[in-house]
Amino acid sequence: MKPFSVSLLLLLTPALTLAMTAEERGLEIATEIEARDTGFHDFKATMSMLLRNKHGEESLRDMRNQTLEVENDGDKTLVVFDEPRDVKGTALLSFSHKVGDDDQWLYLPALKRVKRIASRNKSGPFMGSEFAYEDISSQEVEKYTYKFIEESEYEGTPCFLIERYPVDPNSGYTRQQVWVDQERYIALKIDYYDRKNAPLKTLVFRGYRQYLDQYWRADEMFMENHQTGKSTLLTWKEYNFRTGLTDGDFNKNSLKRAR
Amino acid sequence: MQRLWWILLLLPGLLSAGEWSGFVEIQGRYFPQQALDGDQSDQLLSIAVQPEYYQRWDNGKQSLLFIPFLRWDSEDDERTHGDIRELIWTYAGDGWETKAGIGKVFWGVTEALHLVDVINQTDLIENPDGEQKLGQPMFKLSLERDWGIIDLYALPGFRERTFPGEEGRLRTHPRVDSDRAEYQSDREERHVDLALRWSHFIGDWDIGLAHFDGTSRDPLLLPVAGDSGEINLTPFYEQMRQTSLDLQATKGDWLWKLEAIHRSSDSDSYNAATGGFEYTLVGIAESDMDLGLLGEYLYDDRRDDATTPFENDLFVGMRLTANDVDGSELLAGVIKDLDDDAWMFNLEASRRIGNQWKTSLQARLWSDIPEDDPLFAFHRDDYIEFTVTRFF
Repeated sequence: MKPFSVSLLLLLTPALTLAMTAEERGLEIATEIEARDTGFHDFKATMSMLLRNKHGEESLRDMRNQTLEVENDGDKTLVVFDEPRDVKGTALLSFSHKVGDDDQWLYLPALKRVKRIASRNKSGPFMGSEFAYEDISSQEVEKYTYKFIEESEYEGTPCFLIERYPVDPNSGYTRQQVWVDQERYIALKIDYYDRKNAPLKTLVFRGYRQYLDQYWRADEMFMENHQTGKSTLLTWKEYNFRTGLTDGDFNKNSLKRAR
Repeated sequence: MQRLWWILLLLPGLLSAGEWSGFVEIQGRYFPQQALDGDQSDQLLSIAVQPEYYQRWDNGKQSLLFIPFLRWDSEDDERTHGDIRELIWTYAGDGWETKAGIGKVFWGVTEALHLVDVINQTDLIENPDGEQKLGQPMFKLSLERDWGIIDLYALPGFRERTFPGEEGRLRTHPRVDSDRAEYQSDREERHVDLALRWSHFIGDWDIGLAHFDGTSRDPLLLPVAGDSGEINLTPFYEQMRQTSLDLQATKGDWLWKLEAIHRSSDSDSYNAATGGFEYTLVGIAESDMDLGLLGEYLYDDRRDDATTPFENDLFVGMRLTANDVDGSELLAGVIKDLDDDAWMFNLEASRRIGNQWKTSLQARLWSDIPEDDPLFAFHRDDYIEFTVTRFF
């Protein structure tokens, strides 16, 4: 009986999909993206950012990231800076939340001072780059409302084109258009629209790799600002999943030890 | 046996190579006004170097940090000085941490004054703002629990505050003779101080409660006749007990801050507090710049008898963060005494050049300081300072 009931369900699925509103379908896609990325527990990786202005002048940022998945809430993240040298050892501890402001502490090694910082500013440049904090922080379903636009393709890959609208009034965006790979449920490209709804930035994900046979991570994220002509290439390296990180690796003591 | 055990513990670390970093800086200061004392110079040139060695082993559980510091000053022999800022071993256990060696600790939340921060001695000769600290010998045990972090400190070995020499500006008149320090405790600088701190965060609130029992980092300055009959000030370090609270509420773009202490010693018993806010305007004038507005009230219930100049004062300031590639920043503020006309102005600005250089500018002005104010000694010591730092 079982094979039959499964195939029956499959037959019914398109009909169900048609009955959904564009908002419901958008949410369904976002929920599926998150569902497929759940359960990684923790990871460590290095991040390097190559900042380029419209005259072609370049500047480098190196940092290390460790992230702990938190059940039913946003992730905990610790980022330690290595370059530029004057901020070497500076570390940022973030507890992101599905709803409301994140909790953030900044460690300043020269003074040995831990500062709780206002996290409402998520739209400003992260380390002078074209990435805002909200672009690289934990992407939770609850942070946006959604709308399915159309079935589309990006560079030959069949995609769902969805639009998402930040719930947070302090977001720097009115909306984002996301091209989601239909097969792998991962973002391939995001167009960002500023508060005046003008095209602001485009983010392209390159070199996706699968870890632990499940979790897709891009080697490169290229963010281009259409209004300023600046760009940032964020390269992720040395991904390590399930390294045994615990809550104890994400408190004020570990923030001061991080370096 | 005990000694051997320590060596075995450190050996794996010493065998694998650590990493070196640090900085070298060249600094110029200019004092536009003539000094109170003809021996004091009007400008100085100074070079400082601070290498940093770091090594971690045992899966990152253990680490060693070594930060020596050396400054040469063209004018003031006292300011030509060195220090071991840190030489500390850390063991990070599961839910606990221990440290042994020479270290640095910061407590507190406010910007204008750091009342709660008592572990390290101030390296006053570095900068009159008191933000530079001398390395403190310590044993520390820290317990991380669901209900917060408990830190226990035993501090063997006291560090005397540094004071400018004869030729230096930003000093008292008569000057402090730091070679003649005196102590209340018979054990003098070998008195073992103890400190305890609990800190935690609950939602938007960060809270710290601490108690310190030991040698006060803030000396009383007593006039004493020197060898050749001249009067100098001698630092006298009392025993004191301080209980403190530091509190910050992070509410959206607002940070609300409070530091409060009760301190008692043989000479005095008093309460002091600093409290206020920092409000950040994000992305001002359609740019990436953030503008922070700061306001703090500084209080000391000894009022006119206070040994600090901040007994009923108001601090108003602004912090401009460009969020640009060069990490440009500017902090400017005024502290106004509410009992008289005295005020002081402070400006700090910095900007990165490339990946390894940084330039910074500092200016401090004192104005309308009455003669009975502790800051009167500095009233002709307005200065502007320019520093170029090379990181490596």
